[in-house]
Amino acid sequence: MLLEARGIRKSYGGVAALRQASLELRVGEVHAIVGENGAGKSTLIKILTGAVIADEGEIRLDGVPVVGHSPLKARSLGIVAIYQQPALFPDLTVAENIALASETGGAWRILDWKKRRLEAREVLDQIGARIDPECAVSRLSMAEQQLVEIARALRAKAKVLILDEPTASLTEQEALRLFEIIRDLRGRGVGLVYISHRLDELFQIADRVTVLRDGTVIGTEEMASIDRAKMIRMMVGRELSSVFPKVDVPIGEIALETEGLTLRCGEIVGMAGMVGSGRTEFAEELFGLRGGRTVQIRGRECHINSPSRAIELGIAYVPEDRRRNGLIMEMAIPANVGLASLKKLFLSPKAERAVAEDYRTRLQVKAGSMTDPVKTLSGGNQQKVSLARWLATNPKVLILDEPTQGIDVGAKAEIHQQMCELAKAGMAILMISSELPEVLGMSDRIAVMHEGKIVRVVPRSEATQEIILALAIGSRAA
Amino acid sequence: MTRERSALAAWIVLLALLAVLAPAFFAFGNLRDVVLSMVPVLVVAIGMTFVIVSGQIDISIGSQFAVCSIAAGLMAVAGLPMVFVALGTCVLGIAFGLINGALVSWLGVPSIVATLAMMVAAREGLRLGTGGAWVQNLPSTFQWLGLGQGAGQFVILLVAAVLFGVVAWAARNVAGARAVYATGSDAEAARLSGIDTRMVTLAVFAGMGAMAGLAAVLNAIRFSDVQSNAGVGLELKAIAAVVVGGASITGGRGTLVGTLIGVALLGSIGPALTFLGISPYWEKAIQGGIILTAVMGEAIAARRSRLSGRHA
Repeated sequence: MLLEARGIRKSYGGVAALRQASLELRVGEVHAIVGENGAGKSTLIKILTGAVIADEGEIRLDGVPVVGHSPLKARSLGIVAIYQQPALFPDLTVAENIALASETGGAWRILDWKKRRLEAREVLDQIGARIDPECAVSRLSMAEQQLVEIARALRAKAKVLILDEPTASLTEQEALRLFEIIRDLRGRGVGLVYISHRLDELFQIADRVTVLRDGTVIGTEEMASIDRAKMIRMMVGRELSSVFPKVDVPIGEIALETEGLTLRCGEIVGMAGMVGSGRTEFAEELFGLRGGRTVQIRGRECHINSPSRAIELGIAYVPEDRRRNGLIMEMAIPANVGLASLKKLFLSPKAERAVAEDYRTRLQVKAGSMTDPVKTLSGGNQQKVSLARWLATNPKVLILDEPTQGIDVGAKAEIHQQMCELAKAGMAILMISSELPEVLGMSDRIAVMHEGKIVRVVPRSEATQEIILALAIGSRAA
Repeated sequence: MTRERSALAAWIVLLALLAVLAPAFFAFGNLRDVVLSMVPVLVVAIGMTFVIVSGQIDISIGSQFAVCSIAAGLMAVAGLPMVFVALGTCVLGIAFGLINGALVSWLGVPSIVATLAMMVAAREGLRLGTGGAWVQNLPSTFQWLGLGQGAGQFVILLVAAVLFGVVAWAARNVAGARAVYATGSDAEAARLSGIDTRMVTLAVFAGMGAMAGLAAVLNAIRFSDVQSNAGVGLELKAIAAVVVGGASITGGRGTLVGTLIGVALLGSIGPALTFLGISPYWEKAIQGGIILTAVMGEAIAARRSRLSGRHA
């Protein structure tokens, strides 16, 4: 056994990311890891590479326990990970990028550029990459940068190579090339951990697969003895345990129509898809970010090319990451709530407070004082403030991007309750969520995205976890 | 690389203009004075190149320079041999740099804030300590190192030239210097490659301090007294030269040859205006225009690479 991880547990602030994870990687094997969004794949990789330290559990390399794991330790042991976004130095040359991963020695060491170039050439040749070692990395394409990363791993004599969604930004041709390289590395005894949402790929390239669900390893199977349907069953096979307050309300007229999607008044449309499938991009286009999108509203065709235009048309967007895209953490509740709706030359603190007080009661925001900065609130209450800001614009169409991510159960239920109230009042709601039970529990219809497109809109009555996930993965069997 | 070349082209155009309109500019004595006046800026700009390449900034070097100048004068008056005066001044500069570096790398204070605090504290501390008095009655070994003007000037130029040559070579060929480039290019990737980025930050600020100290010595020995208000605006001159020379203000990119060209271009404008009979008040405006052009060039290039979607 090349690499073994046993009994890995990891929690972030009380939320368990990995409950009971284990992995066995053989010499010269391609070992796939699959699981839904948030199943714990990334956490597991980070633990293997020492970027994150597990709360419990043991990692063994060649049977020897790894103690004091860290990125540096991983490098010296030959455990290398290649992430979706290349982690290279854009301003430095290819040769230097490759050299930096393996050179050791003091700060005063004098470098041998000729040797660096030759060695870079050598490892690039090994994977058949025609890249000039003298070229600055910033001038390479994504696929070329990935090749440089693989060359760098080779140079560092990697025994374990972890590839996280390596084909996400590659063309089909480039992906086939990558598979050849992977097979070649496998032939040389490198153990590869391969993470991908694209199940079809796994049947081409992987020897075994480990399925993760909710932080727990469900099982490890030989690829030859498993089919796609079974894999999907293993990924989702959970009971719908939580209860959602979704009430059916009469669906009204069309509120908004755009390519691939129609939203009606009183309707909650869930949007499912894997991370990177383009859900947030879709929402941002609808809201006039990212170049905008053409929509039909009340029979009129409009091109939304700025958020202010979107607000004018009655569209509101509560973004995914409250901290980064939503609230102004240092400001108090009234200022945050009034930001999108009270647009006058001179702001009236009185009007701001009045609006904020109103929503505070309606949404049950729990705050010590209205003048406290928003950063002092809990995640759930921050989300309510973010929601209040957009409700204050009096929208007809409300887009919620991961509205309950990372907030506690109570606040989550309250936000779901509020969504139902809003739908009852005739609002059209588009809810992006990575949590399948939430999507299934709260939506009238479910739009599934895959590789930037809405592949199908499934009515509530026909939707199951298996169907949604199969569509999200882009599996033809669905 | 292109900005480096544009700066060089601009400088050559300026020299050509002078050759036609005011050939007296090229008289040996004048050239020597022009070059000598650039030495302190060049020396601090060498340190600043590494600070900027590492992704940081240091705006306290004007104040460091002032304190180091006075310290050099006081050490000389106290009778220390010039070698120790020079070394002591550099050590003082390094101490300043270590404080800046520690604030930035260990406490995580943004470098512009940390060095702003240092800039004010050192400058005002000096004013408090000296009461604005100059250091006078320097020993005869101080001015021109006691070698007389001609040989003294030669020593200053020699020190600057050797320093520049060694550092420019090291920037490309010594592992520690490449760690500075790696850190400025992507600090997280550098950390994951096993580079101690905090140590890198500390080292660039310490090096910057050493350069401020050395520049102070090379400047002070040209005069018979040491002024206590030296080095006002020196940080801006150095930063401008580095940026005009092609370094990326966000780190990762920049060469010493570029910095040299930047110093030469910006430093030639003042004397050139005098020879061309143009009001010296234009100097700052023209320098500002050059810096603006350089920064705009970088912004446009960055925009282009963003639009071409490398990280799409």
